[in-house]
Amino acid sequence: MTATGNIDVKHPLELDKPRLSVKKPETRHDRQGEVPESERIGQAMRHFVRDFGRTAALYMESCVHCGNCADACHFYVATGNPKYTPIWKIEPFKQAYKREYGPFAFFYRLLNLKAKVTVDQLQEWQELIYDSCTVCGRCSLACPAAIDIASLVSLARHGMAEAGLVPHELWAVAERAEREGSPLGATPKVFKDRLEWLADDYDIEIPLDKPQADVVCTMSSIEIMKYPQSIVATAKVMNHLGLDWTFRSDGYEATNFGLLSGKAKWQRDMSMRLIDATIAAGAKLLVLPECGHAYGALRWQGANAYGKPLPFRVQHISEFLAEHVAGGRLKLKRSGKSVTYHDPCQIARRGGATQAARDVLKALGVELHEMDPSGDTNWCCGGGGGVVTIHRADPLRYKVFQLKMQQVEQSLADAPVTSCSNCRQTFDDGQAHFHWDKTMHSLLEMVADNLEGASK
Amino acid sequence: MDLLSFARGPALQYALIVFVFGVLWRLIGVFLLATKPDYSEPRNRASWKGLRLIALRFWPRREFAARNAATHALGYVFHVGFFVVLLFYLPHLLFLEDLFKPLFGGNLVQLTGMSWPYVSGGVIMMTGAVTVAALVALLVHRIASPVKRLISNFDDYFSWLVTTAPLVTGMLAFAHLGAPYQTLLSVHILSVELLLVWFPFGKLMHSFTIFVVRGVTGMSFERKGAAL
Repeated sequence: MTATGNIDVKHPLELDKPRLSVKKPETRHDRQGEVPESERIGQAMRHFVRDFGRTAALYMESCVHCGNCADACHFYVATGNPKYTPIWKIEPFKQAYKREYGPFAFFYRLLNLKAKVTVDQLQEWQELIYDSCTVCGRCSLACPAAIDIASLVSLARHGMAEAGLVPHELWAVAERAEREGSPLGATPKVFKDRLEWLADDYDIEIPLDKPQADVVCTMSSIEIMKYPQSIVATAKVMNHLGLDWTFRSDGYEATNFGLLSGKAKWQRDMSMRLIDATIAAGAKLLVLPECGHAYGALRWQGANAYGKPLPFRVQHISEFLAEHVAGGRLKLKRSGKSVTYHDPCQIARRGGATQAARDVLKALGVELHEMDPSGDTNWCCGGGGGVVTIHRADPLRYKVFQLKMQQVEQSLADAPVTSCSNCRQTFDDGQAHFHWDKTMHSLLEMVADNLEGASK
Repeated sequence: MDLLSFARGPALQYALIVFVFGVLWRLIGVFLLATKPDYSEPRNRASWKGLRLIALRFWPRREFAARNAATHALGYVFHVGFFVVLLFYLPHLLFLEDLFKPLFGGNLVQLTGMSWPYVSGGVIMMTGAVTVAALVALLVHRIASPVKRLISNFDDYFSWLVTTAPLVTGMLAFAHLGAPYQTLLSVHILSVELLLVWFPFGKLMHSFTIFVVRGVTGMSFERKGAAL
């Protein structure tokens, strides 16, 4: 049996539901690999501290346990369960830092002031580090010391992934992404077939594998498998602008499940595929799709995987659209629709592109009803950070999603719009679960549907 | 050697040594750690502008203010109260003057010609009482709130104790309550020394790190244009 065949039997995909993931496992395997417990702990701690620089240490030294972060977390607010207090989610790693790494580590060990972290403890914390944290970073804004708790959760995930302690489904899709180039089966062949089919159906040119191009576009697997109209929308906009652009079959998939699972090597591999493909095309610009974590992974961490500044610019599609709207090259028909905008955390709060989508919406002439809170402090949809893939997290995620539904309802807008396909599928799944009458829309698709004759 | 001489003499010296070397050890231990270069193209090149987070985070964002109002209000009362009692009470100023004389080679007030204001003992007593009340309220909140109770450990309770003890013993000494004045004063000084000795090991160290952390986060977020 080939590796691919094996993974299809072991972790069959579920692509006919509102939320894409692997099928709900009959028996969960939330520990990967067959290694002795002591080795797991060693791996967890080594990889937790490997990226542990001055900043993370300062964070570890500065928490006064005020608990303010709890009220910023959708998982705590939706449930009232104190275990979802953000800083508590990294407790074993705080414990390990004090005992193994901090300036007084020898005291802690000598007098056994902090107990040694155990595999069972880490296993218990798996739910807190993965199922109940979308790494949305809202807590980081509430901390009086400005500790970036979300970044510490990411470090904790590095330790967990190396110890083989990733939730079953998240590991399965991340492993598939590393092997096949897509977490959801959107292999290069599938991608090519889709492009051909879409080009025929929509009678549109979708360039693939041009050896040289100014712009390389990428997609998320969620779009390829679930929202293929986003591919068409990308092509429509790029062609409309008359750009020299292409998709590349050697680097087209931008969701980074290496990042989400915490597997640092896979994160790097996935980033390097896009970087190498863009360099091969001699492109000046890499456009990231409507996907939040893709933006965090490549815009802010891609160059660090590469080891030097990238020889091209990286933009999220909403930034790209906003730039062309501002430059007068992209003129849009005024739609007049009543919408509210859901900010994807990694693009807005943590990515710095909060305004871009609003500039595009303004150009679309929509009636924008902001949620309260919105923009930088917007509530996360609850599906980011890989959470939406995990079946056992569904009941919790639905509780959290009710916050979002309430916000959307209170905005009095007719429809929600976002610029992240992962938020979109979380909304679709929530909509189906609650039989809600609101359907999430894509900003990119709205733009593509409202193109007006543009001047170059 | 009587208790007061011990408290003012060797106990103070050792406490100061532990305090100074402990604080330096912990700070140096952290600051010597490497930082990785960030090669991403900054959105804002003037990342130093993120240092404004040091000032911004003195006050919660609108979205969080109401839910954390008690923690913020009580926190402010006890921090301000503690420093008023420490820095605006004449006997404390004389004590600090004595302590720093060897460092500056003389009386700082005389050397610089500047004077430091102080307030009456009665005002200090009232401030101390309000400060202790805020600390007690925070302790009750720590125990009563499921979130705070869960995340609290020995450090939180012991740090509370060594912060509150000097206030309480100082007020008792001022009021001459419960024991001869010399004993009360000795206990007060010893309680301060306990605070100094514990300081480098627990969360009181945030006094030295909190503004650095705000600055570091502020600069890194400003670089990306992320929300401060």
